[in-house]
Amino acid sequence: MNKIGLIIQREYLTRVRNKTFLLSTFLLPVVMILFIVGSTFFAIKSREKRKVAVVNDPGYFQNNMKSDSSSVVFYFGTAADSLNYEAKGFDGVLYLPTASNNYELRSTKQFGLESKGYIERQLNKAIESHMLQEKGINKATLDSINKATDQAVDLNNIVKEENGAARQANAGLAYGVGFGSGILIYITMFIFGAMVMRGVAEEKMNRIAEVIVSSCKPFELMMGKIIGIAGVGLTQFLLWIILIFALISSMQFFLPAETLQQIQDAQASQQNLPGGANNAMAMKIMQAKATLVEGVNWGMIIFFFLFYFLGGYLFYAALFAAIGSVINEDPQEAQSLMLPITMPIIFAFIILTSSLQNPNSPVAVWASIIPFTSPIVMMGRIPFGVPQTVPYWQLGLSMVSLIGGFLATTWFAGKVYRTGILMYGKKASWKEMAKWAFKK
Amino acid sequence: MQHLLEIKNLRKHFSSQKAVDDISFSIQKGSIFGLLGPNGAGKTTLLRMITGIFYPDEGEILLNGKHFNPVNDISHIGYMPEERGLYKKMKIGEQAVYLAQLKGLSRQDARAKIKEWFVKFEMQSWWDKKVEDLSKGMSQKLQFVTTVLHEPSLIILDEPFSGLDPVNANLIKDEIFRLSRMGHTIIFSTHRMEQVEEICDHIVLVNKGKKILDGSVGQVKQDFKENLFRIEFEDPILPEHTAIHLFQVIDKKDRQLVIKKNEDFSTNDILQFFITKGLHIHSFNEILPSLNDIFIRLVEATPKARQFENLTA
Repeated sequence: MNKIGLIIQREYLTRVRNKTFLLSTFLLPVVMILFIVGSTFFAIKSREKRKVAVVNDPGYFQNNMKSDSSSVVFYFGTAADSLNYEAKGFDGVLYLPTASNNYELRSTKQFGLESKGYIERQLNKAIESHMLQEKGINKATLDSINKATDQAVDLNNIVKEENGAARQANAGLAYGVGFGSGILIYITMFIFGAMVMRGVAEEKMNRIAEVIVSSCKPFELMMGKIIGIAGVGLTQFLLWIILIFALISSMQFFLPAETLQQIQDAQASQQNLPGGANNAMAMKIMQAKATLVEGVNWGMIIFFFLFYFLGGYLFYAALFAAIGSVINEDPQEAQSLMLPITMPIIFAFIILTSSLQNPNSPVAVWASIIPFTSPIVMMGRIPFGVPQTVPYWQLGLSMVSLIGGFLATTWFAGKVYRTGILMYGKKASWKEMAKWAFKK
Repeated sequence: MQHLLEIKNLRKHFSSQKAVDDISFSIQKGSIFGLLGPNGAGKTTLLRMITGIFYPDEGEILLNGKHFNPVNDISHIGYMPEERGLYKKMKIGEQAVYLAQLKGLSRQDARAKIKEWFVKFEMQSWWDKKVEDLSKGMSQKLQFVTTVLHEPSLIILDEPFSGLDPVNANLIKDEIFRLSRMGHTIIFSTHRMEQVEEICDHIVLVNKGKKILDGSVGQVKQDFKENLFRIEFEDPILPEHTAIHLFQVIDKKDRQLVIKKNEDFSTNDILQFFITKGLHIHSFNEILPSLNDIFIRLVEATPKARQFENLTA
């Protein structure tokens, strides 16, 4: 076996055999689910509940402002004022306009954006209703209009496919998939990049680096480590995919047998069964399954995910390896050197969140082409559709520049690495590293 | 005799130092060659060029008479650097196999050879232990084994005895002699002059990137001798015995003299003189300088620590 193969094998096996690998493979999904559930829980929990006394009602506000028991509750005719509202148990007092003042909310604690927005909407609504009634629309008509507009409209966005067929676009699903794959690349780039850096620094501190490079080229040692750890990452993804499939298929056991039977019937007949209460759940599951499976081109997503994961990883891992090679015993030294590398990754994540809202904004387009940010940002845009949202030229340019980018960082890191790995004592700065790279 | 390694006008400059500045020497096949020099003299840089880790700026390295090509020739070299270590978390047997495979041995060959060496060094029970469980001396032995395992024609040992107790140091020393007898060439780099005197056939002393001494151990000592002799007598020495132009007295005890012979006379003249005086001579020895003395004398003339210099080139 050739040398780089041996090095890859060692790097891969020592990590995969390690107990922490198995642990992190199974714990990370659990932690992520807990994180999502937890943040949703706290988002609901932390909504503020405010009691507001309304003063100076000219008459029509009381009838037209609705209280919401989970956010703001309005009280009318309470005789509260700015001096005694606290004593009367209110969180604030809302003055409606008179000749001398405008709308005013007095409170000791500042109201959150959400509560403030709710009050403003209710005030607007009340004014609108009042004016409509003044123009001669009677109460019953108004109520029926309100009832109709309260129901959310479900907008189906039908996108034209290349072959002329129409496909139902699902922005929500695209958002979810884009965000999920973007954040996964973001996290893994940090985890595996840091793994490369620690591995290189460990070899230097153990003083084994010089022993090894007397048997092979320093570049082989560096690339062996980077590729070996990439293999660890891919193995981890594979295990996660298996885990997810296992979870989804095991979920069927928790459904009632009757519902399962109905799902199968529905699938078999490929058409809607006669409606009925019993069938509602089966239909919903069918629909969810259909959206999940057909709403997104999974084959394409998985292909590009692997491409951008590998490309982004190789791009940054080389730089992490360069840092690992110049630091010494003190792990603190890595911090300051890592800043210029972690900044663009974090920046990419910020751009990802905005490009999910607007996948065709100039920032999103350019950030998905420049290799420093493209692995994360492009993964946020691809689920919105290729070539509808991401034209082929952008995708091609992005992929080519990412490949060119990692070749460049690998070349640079290789130069820094061969000098850094044998230098003990002083930590090098980025400026010195650049000098090493451009010296013959 | 054939030269295994020839080094011609080797030069390597770093941004702040001329680490190796025009050094040439050659090493005979099967010899034990001592590369000496104070800290920062450029020894490690020189060794790194010989092992293909650094490329020389100028000059040539010939291995077996052919231009040294790091990619192919690296498997004929075993290098034990001064800054050496092992993967702490790896099992010892596995690690030795890995290092041997990197040197081009097949897995089976590597296992068989390691087992042999482990028996020889009484390390059989170590196979499944981890390196972090080893003491410094024990890992030193392991490193020696992994350096010579692939039977390289050139073995380079940088401070191989540091951290070894006398028993284990002797074990390694005997192996060095045995390997040398089997035709392996050994470069031995150290600060410990008594070890050099004991082990090496030929030495080169470098200082500040330049070669300042080159020769066999015996020859170097002859070159630096100061015509000093120690004479022990059966009888007490009287003042009249030393009032002579043949020599100067360096040190005088009751029945012992240390003298410096004047260039114009031979040792026979001196012996003759004492015999005619009727003194009984117990012993008569030439005092040859130790390598330690020579080392200190040559190096002391230069500043203790190497100063950084600004090179424009």
